[in-house]
Amino acid sequence: MNIIIIGCGKVGATLVEQLSAENHNIVIIDIQESKLEAISSTYDVMTLAGNGASFNVQQEAGVRNADLLIAVTGSDELNLLCCVIAKKSGHCNTIARVRNSLYSKEISFIKRQLGISMIINPELTTAMEIAKILRFPSAIKIDTFAKGRAELLKFKLKPEFGLGNMTVQDISDRLKCNILVCGVERGDDVFIPNGNFVLRDNDSVSIMASPKDTAEFFRKIGVVSHRVKTALIIGGGKVGYYLAAQLLDMGIRVRIIELDRARCEQLSELLPKANVICGDGTDQSLLMEEGLPYAQSVISLTGFDEENLLLSLFAMKHSSAKVVAKVNHIAFNDIIGGLDIGSVIYPKYLTANKIIKYVRGAQNSMGSNVETLYKILNNQAEALEFSIRQESAITQTPLMDLNLKSDLLICCINRNGNIIIPRGQDYILPGDTVMVVTTQKGLRDINDILK
Amino acid sequence: MNYSIIRYILGWIFNFQAFAMLFPGIVAIIYGENEVWDFILCIILCGIIGFVLTLKKPKNRVFFAREGFVAVALSWIILSITGALPFIISGCIPNFVDAVFETVSGFTTTGSSILSDVEILPYSVLFWRSFTHWLGGMGVLVFLLMILPMNGGYQMFLMKAESPGPSVSKLVPKIRTTAMILYGIYMAMTIVQIILLLIGDMPLFDALCTTFGSAGTGGFGIKNDSMGSYSPYIQVVTGVFMMLFGVNFNVYFLFLMKRPIQALKCEEARWYIGIIAASTVAITVFITNIYGSVGTALRHAFFQVSSIITTTGYATTDFDLWPEVPRVILVMLMFVGACAGSTGGGIKVSRLIILVKSVGKELKQIIHPKNVRKIQLDGKVVEHETVRSVNVFMVAYFLIFAFSVLLISIDNTDLVTNFTAVAATFNNIGPGLGMVGPTGNFGIFSDFSTLVLTIDMLAGRLEIFPLLILFMRDTWKKF
Repeated sequence: MNIIIIGCGKVGATLVEQLSAENHNIVIIDIQESKLEAISSTYDVMTLAGNGASFNVQQEAGVRNADLLIAVTGSDELNLLCCVIAKKSGHCNTIARVRNSLYSKEISFIKRQLGISMIINPELTTAMEIAKILRFPSAIKIDTFAKGRAELLKFKLKPEFGLGNMTVQDISDRLKCNILVCGVERGDDVFIPNGNFVLRDNDSVSIMASPKDTAEFFRKIGVVSHRVKTALIIGGGKVGYYLAAQLLDMGIRVRIIELDRARCEQLSELLPKANVICGDGTDQSLLMEEGLPYAQSVISLTGFDEENLLLSLFAMKHSSAKVVAKVNHIAFNDIIGGLDIGSVIYPKYLTANKIIKYVRGAQNSMGSNVETLYKILNNQAEALEFSIRQESAITQTPLMDLNLKSDLLICCINRNGNIIIPRGQDYILPGDTVMVVTTQKGLRDINDILK
Repeated sequence: MNYSIIRYILGWIFNFQAFAMLFPGIVAIIYGENEVWDFILCIILCGIIGFVLTLKKPKNRVFFAREGFVAVALSWIILSITGALPFIISGCIPNFVDAVFETVSGFTTTGSSILSDVEILPYSVLFWRSFTHWLGGMGVLVFLLMILPMNGGYQMFLMKAESPGPSVSKLVPKIRTTAMILYGIYMAMTIVQIILLLIGDMPLFDALCTTFGSAGTGGFGIKNDSMGSYSPYIQVVTGVFMMLFGVNFNVYFLFLMKRPIQALKCEEARWYIGIIAASTVAITVFITNIYGSVGTALRHAFFQVSSIITTTGYATTDFDLWPEVPRVILVMLMFVGACAGSTGGGIKVSRLIILVKSVGKELKQIIHPKNVRKIQLDGKVVEHETVRSVNVFMVAYFLIFAFSVLLISIDNTDLVTNFTAVAATFNNIGPGLGMVGPTGNFGIFSDFSTLVLTIDMLAGRLEIFPLLILFMRDTWKKF
C-alpha cells in the first residue's frame, strides 16, 4: 500500500517503524527537517519537509496514487484539514488524530461530513483500554468496535454461571439482556452459533454487546464481585478525564488526585460526580488519607512514567487494588515487564496498533466493500465491517427472513453511532455499518453473506 | 476510615471516665454517702470496657482529619452516656434522656439543668455535675493527648477537632507540651480562684464546685438561686474569673513567656473586654433604678454580662425581670460567646471580628470595585480559607439554630422560651429567658425536645462539624 504519514511525533515514528516493517511504501511529511533526518536514516521511507495540509506538498508526496493518508500532527485542526485536502485531491482513505474532547463528542458527524475513514483520539483510546481492564478483570480478551460503543468480549463459561447445557436462544430469553453470542471455542474447534446451539461449561464464549449491556449481562450471571467499584485516579489530564467519565457512567466511584488547582476546578465542572482532590499524587500521606489502601483500583496517569511506575509499586504494596500505570516512553519495557506492577498501558502503542489494525484490514479488503477486518477467535474467524451504501437485496427484508450462509452471524449494526444488537425482526438500512462474524473466508461484499 | 485507632481512642475515653469518677467517689466517702457504691459500679463498668478496648494496640496508624473528627464526636457521645450513669443509678435523675441532658450540659460546659431543686442532691452527685464542667472546659481529648503515648503528627487532627475557634495554633513545637501548658494554666487559675473564694469565707465544697463551674465556663449552681445568696465579694471574684477564663489562653501563654506587649495587643481579647465593658455600662444605666444604688447595679450588670458572654450561665439575680433593653443585650451576648482558644462557647469573638471585617471589605468593594484588600487580625493576614470556613460555619450555625427552634416548638411553649432555650444550649450558656430563665429549668420540655437540645449542646461545644460528619455516608466508607 502507498501510505502518507503527516507528522513525525511519537505516534508518527511508531507507525513508520511498524508499517515499514510490513513492506508498505511510506512517505512521511513533517515541518521539521531534523526529525525527518532521524527517521530517514533508520527506516526505508521517503521523507518530505513541509506543511502537510498544503495541496502542493501532498501532490509532491504522491497523494493521487496513495491508498491511505494518516495525519498525526500535534494539531487537531491541521490533521482534519490534511485529511479533507487529501480526500479532495486524491482517492485515498484518511485517518486523523483528534484529541480535543470537545470534538470527540461530535466524531461521527465530523467523520461522515468530512469523509474521513477513521478518527483516532489517543487519550480516549487509552482511557477505553483502561476502562476495559477495570470492567472485567476476569474477561480473557476484549475487542472494541465502533469507537468502543460495541465490544466483543471473550470469557470462560464457568459452571457457577449456570449457563451450561443451555441453548443460545434460552440464554437471551432468560436473561433478557441485549447481548449476542457470536462465537464459541471448544477445544480447537470454533463455532459461530445459531439460536439452537447448546453451550457447555468451560467453553470460551465471545459475546457482542454495548459496554453497558455487557455489564448487565455479567451482573445477571453473577460475576459482580469481579467488577471494580471504586477507582483512585492519580493525574487528571486528558486520559484521566476520559477514564473518569467512562467509569462514572458505569457507576464506579471515582476519586481523582490532580496537582494543578485550575485543572481541578475544570474537572469538577466537567465531572460533578467525581471526587476531585487537589494535591500532589506522589505525597504518600495524601494517598493514604484519600483511601489508597481501600481502593479497588489505582490508576496512575501522571505525566511522568517514573512517577507512574513508582506509584504502581506503592499501590501494589499497600493495597489489594487492580493497579494500572500509563507509560508514554517505552525504552525500558523489558525492565518494566519484570516488575510486579499490575497492568501497564502504552498509549503510543495503542494508538499505533489501532491504526495498523485498520491498515491491515484495509489491505485485506482491498477492492471490496469491507471497511475493516479483524481476526478473532484465535484467528480462526473474521469479524468484517461493511458499510451499506445503497439499497440492495439485504435491506428490504427483516434479518430472520434473510437466507444467510451457515457459520455466519450479523452481530451488530452501527446506525449513526447507535449500536443495535440485531434481532430477527430488525432491518438493515442504507447508511448503516454492519458487523459480520464468520468462519467463511473471502467475503467481499455485504451481499456475499446470502447463500 | 481507620476503625482500629478510633476504637483505641474510645477505649481511652472509657478509662478516662473511670478515672474521673474516682473524684466524686472520694467525695461520697468523705461525706459518708451511699452513692459511693454507684460510683464504684460505674468506675468498674467503664474500666472494664476501657481495658478491653485498649488491650490491642492499633497496628494501622493511618490517621487523618476525618478520623480526628469522628474520634472526637464519638468520644463526646460516649462521655455523655457513661457520665449519665451515676445520675440514673443513684436515682437522682431516673429518666435516661434527662440524665444524658444533664451530663451533656455538664461536659459541654452549658449548665442548663432539668432539675428544679438541686439542693436536695447528694454532695457527690453535685460534685460530679460541677466536675464535668471542669473536665469538659479544656477538652477531654486535649487531656488525653497529654497522657497518651501516641506518636506521629496526627494528634493535631484531634486537637483541631476539639478546640474551639476558627483556627488552632500550637504554642510550642510539641503538641503534648502545648496540651500540658494549656492544662497548667487552667489548673493554676483554678487553684487561684479556689483560694480567693476561700478567703471570702466560702465553704470548701462550694468553692470547689463554683470554681469548676466558672473555670469550665459551665454554670451548674449548687444552690437553687445559683450565685444569688453569696456575698458581693464572692460574686465579684467569680465574675472576674469567669471573664478571665473566657480569654484566649494564648494571651496567658504570652504573659508567661514574658511577652506582655504582644499579649496586650491581642485583638480578640481587646474586643472581648470592650464588649464586656460597653454592655456592663449600658445595662447598669437601665437597671440602676431597680437596685437603688449604682454600685449594686454595676455589680449585677457586670456579673451577668461576664456570665453570659463567657457562656457560663451563673446568675446573681433574676435577669428575666430586667427591662427589655438589658434582656436583649444579654441575648445578643449569648451569640457573641467567648474568645477562641478559651473554655467558653458561642460563636466566638474572633469569628465575629472576621465577619464584621468582611462586611467592611464588601462595602469598600462596592465603592471601589477593583479594590484589593486582605482582612487582617492581630496584624496578620487572615487566609481566604479561614474567612470561608467562618462563613460556612455561620450558615451551618443558623440553619441548625432555626431547625432546632422549629423542632422544640412542637412542645408549644412561647417563642421567647424556645428561642432562648436553643440559644442557651447551642451556645453552651445555661439559662435563657422566659420559662428557662435563671429561676426556671429545662424540665418543662418533652423527651424529644430534651434530646434536640442535647444534640444542640454537643454540636455547639464541638462547633458543629465533628457532629455533622457522623451523618455523612462518606465518613464511614473505606473509599
